[in-house]
Amino acid sequence: MSWMNHDKLEKNSILLLGFIIVTVLIGGIVEIVPLFRMETVIEPVEGVRPYTPLELAGSNIYIREGCYNCHSQQVRPLRDEVVRYGHYSLAAESMYDHPFQWGSKRTGPDLARVGGKYSDDWHVAHMKEPRDLVPESIMPSYEFMLHRGADLGSLKQHMKALKTVGVPYTDEMIEWAEKDAAVQATGEARTDTGGLVERYGENVNARDFDGQPHMISEMDALIAYLQVLGTMVDFEAASAVEGGAQ
Amino acid sequence: MSTETVDYNYDVVRKFTLATIFWGIIGFTAGVFIALQMVFPDLNIEPFLSFGRLRPVHTSAVIFAFGGNALFATSYYVVQRTCGVRLWNDKLANFTFWGYQAFIVMAALGYVLGVTQGKEYAEPEWYADLWLTIVWVSYLLVYLVTCIKRKEPHLYVANWFYLSFIITVAVLHLGNNISLPVDIVGAKSYSTWAGVQSAMIQWWYGHNAVGFFLTAGFLGMMYYFVPKQANRPVYSYRLSIVHFWSLIFIYIWAGPHHLHYTALPDWAQTLGMTFSVMLWMPSWGGMINGVMTLSGAWHKLREDPIIQFMIIALAFYGMSTFEGPLMSIRAVNSLSHYTDWTIGHVHSGALGWVGFISFGALYYLVPRLWGRERLYSTKLVSMHLWIATIGIVFYIAAMWVSGIMQGLMWRTYDGMGFLSYSFVETVMAMKPFYMIRVMGGVLYLSGALIMVYNFWRTIRGDVNEKEQMQIQGAVA
Repeated sequence: MSWMNHDKLEKNSILLLGFIIVTVLIGGIVEIVPLFRMETVIEPVEGVRPYTPLELAGSNIYIREGCYNCHSQQVRPLRDEVVRYGHYSLAAESMYDHPFQWGSKRTGPDLARVGGKYSDDWHVAHMKEPRDLVPESIMPSYEFMLHRGADLGSLKQHMKALKTVGVPYTDEMIEWAEKDAAVQATGEARTDTGGLVERYGENVNARDFDGQPHMISEMDALIAYLQVLGTMVDFEAASAVEGGAQ
Repeated sequence: MSTETVDYNYDVVRKFTLATIFWGIIGFTAGVFIALQMVFPDLNIEPFLSFGRLRPVHTSAVIFAFGGNALFATSYYVVQRTCGVRLWNDKLANFTFWGYQAFIVMAALGYVLGVTQGKEYAEPEWYADLWLTIVWVSYLLVYLVTCIKRKEPHLYVANWFYLSFIITVAVLHLGNNISLPVDIVGAKSYSTWAGVQSAMIQWWYGHNAVGFFLTAGFLGMMYYFVPKQANRPVYSYRLSIVHFWSLIFIYIWAGPHHLHYTALPDWAQTLGMTFSVMLWMPSWGGMINGVMTLSGAWHKLREDPIIQFMIIALAFYGMSTFEGPLMSIRAVNSLSHYTDWTIGHVHSGALGWVGFISFGALYYLVPRLWGRERLYSTKLVSMHLWIATIGIVFYIAAMWVSGIMQGLMWRTYDGMGFLSYSFVETVMAMKPFYMIRVMGGVLYLSGALIMVYNFWRTIRGDVNEKEQMQIQGAVA
């Protein structure tokens, strides 16, 4: 039997394999390769910076616990989402996330703009026992993070790896990683945050996030991460500029 | 074809068959457990057994452990039978068995301990990914060399599908998992890709894990076991060519439908949607070719529960490959995305199509692999079939209702133009449906346990006496 000479492929397995490879590569190449012309994909936005060492530690805890299984980080430009969560997400806002954490399911609410929405105390209490604050919540509790020290020693190594894959950490940032993390989790009241601010900007949140001054816990790191989500871009300033232009 | 003279390697097929059954039970149980966690959050046992760490255990166990072992078992069986030669290289084939089981254990242990790349269906870290690459290349070699050594002039259609599944999964696995380990003695790595690029590559991978692992591979299974069990030739040779090439070409483009309304450029979203809608046709080509294979043997659909498994599988395949294109349309997706509708959609494909076609193939294989004349009990096959079918209906109906309801609640406004529901109010509304889902899952798991019992008795060489007497009575 032959139909359009298909029997040639049926009789030559290597040829068949070659045809399959070419067939399946086309779609991926067309859709993926153009995305690496960054300037057409990511509009530059003021304010987006790499995570501080403490926030990075927090983001790694977020990934470790599989938070992305229930929380998205991507506000769509739909009326209800903008009302519920805030300004829709911009490409630039996740440009330093290796990998992206946009998620695919909202068993819990979107977290792309959770930063600054709740107090640190609220987060600590909520992580400890979500149902104390939201009785109908079905989120697991994460009390153990309060008792576990954050791993600050390895942060330097982590930042080096991220630098290699494209995150613009400077040598100075890497050098000061552990110290900066400790300073950020302690806060202005008890330490000098000058170096941290110099490296990461005025808007860095530096304070004792978990309310346990005697230790820098995983809770400190996670809350530092959550509190910065969606806050790097100043949308009020941006909309004032946009409004002025109209 | 003089099959009697060939000394087939059934040993490795038997091992993969047992592994399929074992991991199936583990994966279904994990599913029931995490479904229960969503009703009773106190069942989260932190840190190791929280939902966030167990969900990848469930998805990997059913997709890669249950589904993967089923594909290994059936592909090794099919390639030998349709090529008329023994599987190439016993040692390498045996290595793919132990290597693949080691990968599964490595991956699952990692999740529970918090080792994950944080990418859905690609959670295993770099060391497990490297190991899988070695195993997978060995798999390709064993399979391809067996094809090349064949005695038959033509390579049978089932093998085209298996081959496209093996090679494309290799390409996807390598493309999506390029990453830089933080430390050569540590588990953690950072993906080379970030943000938008990372999202696109992840869903190019993720959707084609569905397209090639859960579709092309299982279509290969369908193309051998449906004609065999029905004892009829494949309905249309020409249709199989057309739908094979169009399926593997179009599937690859569909990934961006997971990223509608995100920061991914619009042109990519539109391409993803367009190709997803087009995908409906080649998908139904496969369904039609499978179902119509029963032409001239429709009475078997009434009598043979194994055929029933296969045909219900094809019906679910047809349904979910219609639902998928529908959900990929941006306007529909704006409602369905992030809700349980997606979960329901996946499960009509996974429980209905992947699960049922595998059960059908297993019921065909087990007596033959262990040299038994027949299964211990055909009635138990029938019981498995109906319990599992009712389970699926519970599951997907609950998810349709909860998904569409939650999507609508999120976008409901009151008379003043404010949102009507807080997020947690929409969570509360899900509870009864999450309970119904648990019931569906328990039924599906119970069906699988009946299968395990049936296989255990079959392998021991038992035959149900009542059924035996009926058969003898009919003959007399």
